[in-house]
Amino acid sequence: MLPWGQQLLDMCAALLLLLSFAMLSQRRIVTLVNLYAVQGAVLTAATLLLAWRTGERHLYLSAALTIVLKVTFLPWLLRRLLRRLDIYRDSEPRLNVTGTMLVGLLIVVFAFALAQPITRLASTSTRSAIGIAISVVLLAFLMMITRRKAVAQVVGFLSMENGVFFGAMSASYGMPMVVELGVALDVLIAVLVLGVFFFQIREQFDSLDLHHLESLKEHD
Amino acid sequence: MTLGDWITQGLEVLMAVAAAPVLLGWVNQCRAWLQNRRAPSLWLPYRNLHKLFHKEAVLAENASPLFRLAPYVVFGAMVLAAGIIPSMGTRLPLVVSADAIALVGLFVTARVFLALAAMDVGTAFGTLGARREMMVGFLAEPALLMVIFVASMISASTALPAITEHLLSGRVGLSPSLAFSAVAFVLVLLAENGRIPVDNPATHLELTMIHEATLLEYSARHLALMEWAAALKLFNYVCIGFALFLPWGVAEGHIGPLGLLVAIPALAVKLATAGAGLALIETVSAKLRVLRIPEFLASAFLFAVLALLVQVLLGT
Repeated sequence: MLPWGQQLLDMCAALLLLLSFAMLSQRRIVTLVNLYAVQGAVLTAATLLLAWRTGERHLYLSAALTIVLKVTFLPWLLRRLLRRLDIYRDSEPRLNVTGTMLVGLLIVVFAFALAQPITRLASTSTRSAIGIAISVVLLAFLMMITRRKAVAQVVGFLSMENGVFFGAMSASYGMPMVVELGVALDVLIAVLVLGVFFFQIREQFDSLDLHHLESLKEHD
Repeated sequence: MTLGDWITQGLEVLMAVAAAPVLLGWVNQCRAWLQNRRAPSLWLPYRNLHKLFHKEAVLAENASPLFRLAPYVVFGAMVLAAGIIPSMGTRLPLVVSADAIALVGLFVTARVFLALAAMDVGTAFGTLGARREMMVGFLAEPALLMVIFVASMISASTALPAITEHLLSGRVGLSPSLAFSAVAFVLVLLAENGRIPVDNPATHLELTMIHEATLLEYSARHLALMEWAAALKLFNYVCIGFALFLPWGVAEGHIGPLGLLVAIPALAVKLATAGAGLALIETVSAKLRVLRIPEFLASAFLFAVLALLVQVLLGT
């Protein structure tokens, strides 16, 4: 039997994967944002557990960063945006929910296979979770592909960042502090800029449906 | 196999057959309390069975022998299934002949006969019920098998008692795959037993019914056996859940009547809790539209497959 801290970490990893699927299947955008906040919270828990188990100081800092940015600030910002844009539901995704789920399962199998060589190279105690991190990233990709509304795609982007963060954590106990701060700043700025974009897109096309952006000419 | 084991086996089957209606009564009672209704008696299912057994059986004119045979097959399958689920002791002589996959097969046999009998008379409702029942079944079975495979992977055996013994040995800690498959199992249990998000067990003659529609043509002792079999199916499913996820209180090794003295109260407590939990789920959730059921069961399948994948990746 594994030690308790390790078991809890595995539990967190599995929960992250589950939350990715929950986000994939969720039609309501407000719930999607809430799920993103929960994903951040689980990530924080995992980071704290890892920090406690390995004694790496900088992990406490990145946990604090996660909780401030991904659990509180970004969800708050997104919710405010949703209220001001007055949208609640995504339009029907390109692939129905059951289909998306099955594709998601295939992606997880692929990601686990992909993680095998990396897992063999890594020397951390959390290396078995690398596969889960890769699947979180790929599932977020899938979400960005299947969703039509811009906000849902942004949540997908943010969830992808969570996956990358978790991957770095499980492969090498986190990135250097400078990189982490840089990424956090990037994400923050990206969401702020995209927030402005939403309004612009809606002004131009009267909707946030991104397929309007796919045609090059205005009339054809 | 000693005589004691055979006694345990016999007692377990008898206990399952006798306790199944009580469990159903208990769930109905909890549901009534939660909905602020006056609760029916715990023994109501028994009185119902008693009443039905004393009525004269009426058969449709064009009913084939299969229609009369089906209740006995369904009931028999459920009794056999009760024999290979370790609800009180893990040394069951019958288990060597059938593992968990055979158990799923027994449930399928029962379902096929139920559906055939429902279509036999040729009424619209019966056919409708049979088709829906088969739809739920073909989606729920893969999920159930996946749940069993997860437990089998963890304990390296497909026999339920072996799985239970492995869990009881304390070598399995907090396992995410077990947690996921437990969720999947609860979803499958709700679907397979026609509980609320999928089917409403309290309705009779309603367009959305599934299980009741298959029984509409039955009367008297046939109906009694079918209803008893349905209660037994619920009991069996709950006990499979205990065997896979909550094995505490199950007596290990060769036990005599004394071991059962410990196992019976433990089982009763677990059943009471599970029944109350089931009533709670049914009270807080609304019935799904029929076309949403595949989505519901797909999520059960997803949970189970995720559990399997996580077990492959993390469980070393």
